Amino acid sequence: MISDFLNPSYLAGFLTLVIIYSVFAIGLNVHWGYTGIFNFGVAGFFAVGAYTSAIITKKPATGDYMTYVGGLELPFVVGLLGAGVACAILAFIIGIPTLRLREDYLAIASIGVAETLRRVFINEMGLVNGTRGMIGIPQPLHGLVDQADYKYVYLAIAAAILVIVYIAVERVLRSPWGRVLRAIREDEITAAASGKDIFAFKMQAFMLGAFIMGLGGAMYASYVRAITPDTFVPMFGTFLIWVMLIVGGSGNNKGAILGALAVWLIWDRTGALVSDAQNPSIFYVRNLLIGVLVVAVLLLRPKGIWGEEKRVSIYAGKEPERARRKEPGEASEPAGAASVIEEPGESGAP
Amino acid sequence: MAQLIVIGLIMSSIIALGAIGLTLIYGILKFANFAHGDLMTVGAYIAFQTFVGGGHIGPLSFGYGMILAILAAMVVVGVVSVIIDRLVYRPLRRRNAGLVILAMASLGMAIIVRSLVYLGWGPDQRFYTPGLQYAHQFPLGIALKPDQMFIGAAAIISVVSVYLLLYRTTLGRAMRATADNMELARVTGIDTERVVIATWAIGGSLAGLAGVLLGIQSHLMPEMGFIFILPLFAASILGGVGSPHGALVGALVVGISQEVSTEWISPAYKPAIAFILLFAILLVRPRGIFGVKD
Repeated sequence: MISDFLNPSYLAGFLTLVIIYSVFAIGLNVHWGYTGIFNFGVAGFFAVGAYTSAIITKKPATGDYMTYVGGLELPFVVGLLGAGVACAILAFIIGIPTLRLREDYLAIASIGVAETLRRVFINEMGLVNGTRGMIGIPQPLHGLVDQADYKYVYLAIAAAILVIVYIAVERVLRSPWGRVLRAIREDEITAAASGKDIFAFKMQAFMLGAFIMGLGGAMYASYVRAITPDTFVPMFGTFLIWVMLIVGGSGNNKGAILGALAVWLIWDRTGALVSDAQNPSIFYVRNLLIGVLVVAVLLLRPKGIWGEEKRVSIYAGKEPERARRKEPGEASEPAGAASVIEEPGESGAP
Repeated sequence: MAQLIVIGLIMSSIIALGAIGLTLIYGILKFANFAHGDLMTVGAYIAFQTFVGGGHIGPLSFGYGMILAILAAMVVVGVVSVIIDRLVYRPLRRRNAGLVILAMASLGMAIIVRSLVYLGWGPDQRFYTPGLQYAHQFPLGIALKPDQMFIGAAAIISVVSVYLLLYRTTLGRAMRATADNMELARVTGIDTERVVIATWAIGGSLAGLAGVLLGIQSHLMPEMGFIFILPLFAASILGGVGSPHGALVGALVVGISQEVSTEWISPAYKPAIAFILLFAILLVRPRGIFGVKD
């Protein structure tokens, strides 16, 4: 079971998928972990991101078995950013009616959006080639090395994107803006009473998280090179990413990455069992395992493996230094004083 | 068109049974039970397992065995619902977990239940009875199979029973009081934990019945209930969460619009219709047709 990982080529593929799922988990963390937006339609953003990058980077459609819009032959980076922007726009549209409502209504509405989009992708043949799917999605820097070694190049590209996303999200969430998001998550009414426009902040966070999911979708599309509407079923496209975030620890991006690694390890190894044993029922044992895992974590370790840290400001030290703060000269310490989540967003919005 | 409306009514009656249970649980426990559709699936398969033929009742494709199978499904799903509540939701409630954590746990339960159905009965489609049934012809070009009339009748009997239970018994009064305000109900001496158990038992058995009726209407497959979750939520939110008669009206709106829509757009979009209705009603009346401020 473990011996597969001694094969560098297998390990590269495994890590690439962990990285892609980490990007999704960070995007979901912006929604749920930091802002409390209950997005159950991750699969919808996954699909829109993947298809958008496919139609931006692929050649125009030719022949009877290939019909889709676009085919702009633009570089990978354009596809990546285009996917993010498309998802942010989708989030804006979904957000208008739902972000003001109870959080569980958004969950139901987002499931609905994801399923409706999937049906559109299946039934509108001219849009993204229906159930035949999009195949031969271009990969960045493909001519650089030998085909056999390309997976290491892609691993490096994916890792670079993850690092950029991670640093950017950490910076943004530790800013005053990020603290307002946590304040909204903890208590919307208090945050509103401090003069914050709840709807605007939620919308911004929803669009930011969706943008990141779009990046993940584009990375996935270029990695697997072939996507069909079946990729974006709720179990795989939404639930698995939620399990990663909950197991890892929502409200902590390191936890999100750890969760992606842990859950994908389970998924990948049980998948290997399926192909070893030639027994399709193991597939359902795998789903069962994932379901039991999430319920067990919710019951026994609600904060996940690596839960949220209390400190949220980049100006604050690692450990709370309450004693020091009481010293006279330190009284006017800047944002650090407002860095504990119980004191929401005192230093104001940007 | 008349035919589509009648088929829509049949589907509405199945949706209504699921949505009433969903809305009762939603109203009392304040969380969205994403496993409700999969409870329906369990009901359908329990009936499949316990169905032993028993000849034919009149023109129906099944006999008295089906009545017993339905009762078995209702009892088993009711008990399973209560057990899940004791094992999973009650510990979370005691910890004052938010409604999102409860909803997430219910999605986990949905996956668990569906995987068990897959493991128990396999992924293939199943039918209660083999063969085709001839439809009776009615005026206005309406054709209706006897089994479909059975579905409508079973749904009407159950809905009336639930109504009587809620509005004519002490338990019903206690349930409505708890849904209104759990703290206040507890203060007035209502054993709210008992009310919660009763709610799961009733909601679960209605889901079990809905699952069997859905199986009679089309066929059994492990995903049957999960696919049904959007219409269920659409109906209960349309009617206003926590309102049983709202869920009934919501079910009629959703069921009929889904069928009638096939006149103009591809049947593949049926589930999307439920959702678009939901989206529209949330824009105009965020609390649903019969919703009250919570």
